[in-house]
Amino acid sequence: MSSNDVLGRGTGGDLRLAGLTKRFGSFTAVDHLDLTIPQGSFFALLGASGCGKTTTLRMVSGLEAPSEGRIFLGDDDVTERKPHRRPVNTVFQNYALFPHLDVYENVAFGLRRRGIKDVKQQVADMLDLVELGHLARRRPSQLSGGQQQRIALARALINQPQVLLLDEPLGALDLKLRRQMQIELKRIQTEVGLTFVHVTHDQEEAMTMADTIAVMNSGRIEQMGSPADLYENPGTTFVANFLGQSNLIPGTVEGVRGDVVTVTAHGQRLTLPADRCRTDTGAVILGVRPEKVRLAPAGSALPPGVNALAGGVVSDASFIGVSTQYLVRLPSGEELAVFEQNTGCEIQRPGTEVVVHWDPSQSFGLDGSQDIEAGADLDEESAA
Amino acid sequence: MSVSLQAPPAKSPVPQPPPAARRAGLLTPWILLLPGLLWLVVFFLVPILTSVGASVQTGNADQGYRLTWDWGNYGHGLSDYLPQYGHSLLYSVLCTVFCLLLGYPVAYCIAFRGGRFKSLLMALVVVPSFTSFLIRTIAWKTILSDNGPIVSVLNDLHVLNATTAMGWTVGNHVLASPAAVVFGMVYNFLPFMILPLYTSLEKIDPRLHEAGSDLYCDTFATWRRVTLPLSMPGVVGGTLLTFIPAVGDYINAQLLGNPNTGVVGQKIEDLFLRQTDGYPVGSAISVVLMAGTLILVLLYIRKAGTEDLI
Repeated sequence: MSSNDVLGRGTGGDLRLAGLTKRFGSFTAVDHLDLTIPQGSFFALLGASGCGKTTTLRMVSGLEAPSEGRIFLGDDDVTERKPHRRPVNTVFQNYALFPHLDVYENVAFGLRRRGIKDVKQQVADMLDLVELGHLARRRPSQLSGGQQQRIALARALINQPQVLLLDEPLGALDLKLRRQMQIELKRIQTEVGLTFVHVTHDQEEAMTMADTIAVMNSGRIEQMGSPADLYENPGTTFVANFLGQSNLIPGTVEGVRGDVVTVTAHGQRLTLPADRCRTDTGAVILGVRPEKVRLAPAGSALPPGVNALAGGVVSDASFIGVSTQYLVRLPSGEELAVFEQNTGCEIQRPGTEVVVHWDPSQSFGLDGSQDIEAGADLDEESAA
Repeated sequence: MSVSLQAPPAKSPVPQPPPAARRAGLLTPWILLLPGLLWLVVFFLVPILTSVGASVQTGNADQGYRLTWDWGNYGHGLSDYLPQYGHSLLYSVLCTVFCLLLGYPVAYCIAFRGGRFKSLLMALVVVPSFTSFLIRTIAWKTILSDNGPIVSVLNDLHVLNATTAMGWTVGNHVLASPAAVVFGMVYNFLPFMILPLYTSLEKIDPRLHEAGSDLYCDTFATWRRVTLPLSMPGVVGGTLLTFIPAVGDYINAQLLGNPNTGVVGQKIEDLFLRQTDGYPVGSAISVVLMAGTLILVLLYIRKAGTEDLI
């Protein structure tokens, strides 16, 4: 491809948002967003509905004009450019396939608009990539949801955009098909090597596909990093609750010795690595993921050096095959979730007294001034 | 394979309704159709056959009409009233074209920019129809009169000189001219164009426009490649709803035209209501008008390829 064609497609480069803001009346949908998305990456904007992720995407595509801030593609400022002049294509949430055109013409649409005469080979290749070559002469209305989704992807991809935007592309598919398409999308992204920016409220979808996830909340980026990074070391209670499930225990920092922080919670001493603790004084929220926590019968000997909370009673145990999910009520009334892998150990009955314990290196510490419930209900809502 | 209607009842998985109920179920569609079918036969089929029959009769009102299979009525009708056929066709085609040109942007704006005022705006399109067709058309006589605002503006702009030279107006007047007839027709039939256009435009998902602009279409190209093809059912519907009544209309020609703007409808009226021996030729020219309109409409639908439309 030429270094600078009709669309002002530069030599490529990162997508950079600088101070991007969008206000609708008095409501700020996107609030001074600064973000760099490296070329060739699979980037996910994750958040509950209304967090501003779709608005951000629409500003990148040009369908929405920012109230403030700039958008750069490589070195080009595309903020003022009309959507049809941007080297960016979108896979719309409802696919928005043209109902009056067949699959072939839908896919060829962008090429034809750019005045490319010989589209046959490219369209055929693209339909092969999404494995729908045999449906070229069908109308979109004759296709299943998953097929429409792949056509929408092909229609956007064929233009070799500098950035491909995906707006909840799998939202309308059933769970099984969604899993399959996640793998498919990831395969295609690896194959074509373009920058994918993927907007979703489904944390599992984001984790499966993206190299980098930005968790958005109220128009701002709450935290950004690799899926493992965000999951293992969340920076805020919102991320801890929204991305997976967390046990969050309010406590107080007792002191920092070397790279170990000591915390008291419910009158018991707990420790965690200093580099996993975001505060070194005062109120702290100590978190641990349910699958890292173990149960031991009350009074039994624990391995040395673990974090342990005694006096818990199993209030609920649900066996779900690969694991057993427990709720353990602590003397303080707080309930902890514990996922125990099904490795043949005995299931603890509700009412049993237990000690919960975990490896200190698995805990994380958050600033204690936050709302401990932030993001918790949102996840349930979007999972429904 | 032979199908036994007497399946062993014990093995039947679905309980069958009793035979009487089943028969009633089969009859229901016919019972529902009956009133409409009767109406069509009595008030549509019978009159058409009567007209065709009358068109090959001979006689007059005093001595009565006899069926003589006189196909000459068609020859007379066609040769005597060819100019009127020409006018009917020309005015109704022009009316349809102008209605489309005026109506499409209106329907487009209401459908895509109307927001919460959509229903109100559509009501406004229809509201004038609450006044009688006749009164509205007579009102145009005042609007287009020589001392009215339109004529004075057109005169000042020297537009009337040009249109008179082309034969569309007469002298310094707009009234009593072909232009006035078409004017009146466009006014009267515009809602019939806007309504179906609006209906089909309103159904178009606005996100398809976004998809268009995302795929390198500017506003015009989006309209041309996405909106227009998707609104074709409305275009076809609107042009038919305008053209078919317009081709038979004679009120506008009567009230706003002059003796040289005669249309077929006027002649049919004249032959039926004012001539003592007009029935056969009157019937012949109305049968030709109907058949001609039907053929044009069929050709048009074929050309427009509605089977290809959503």
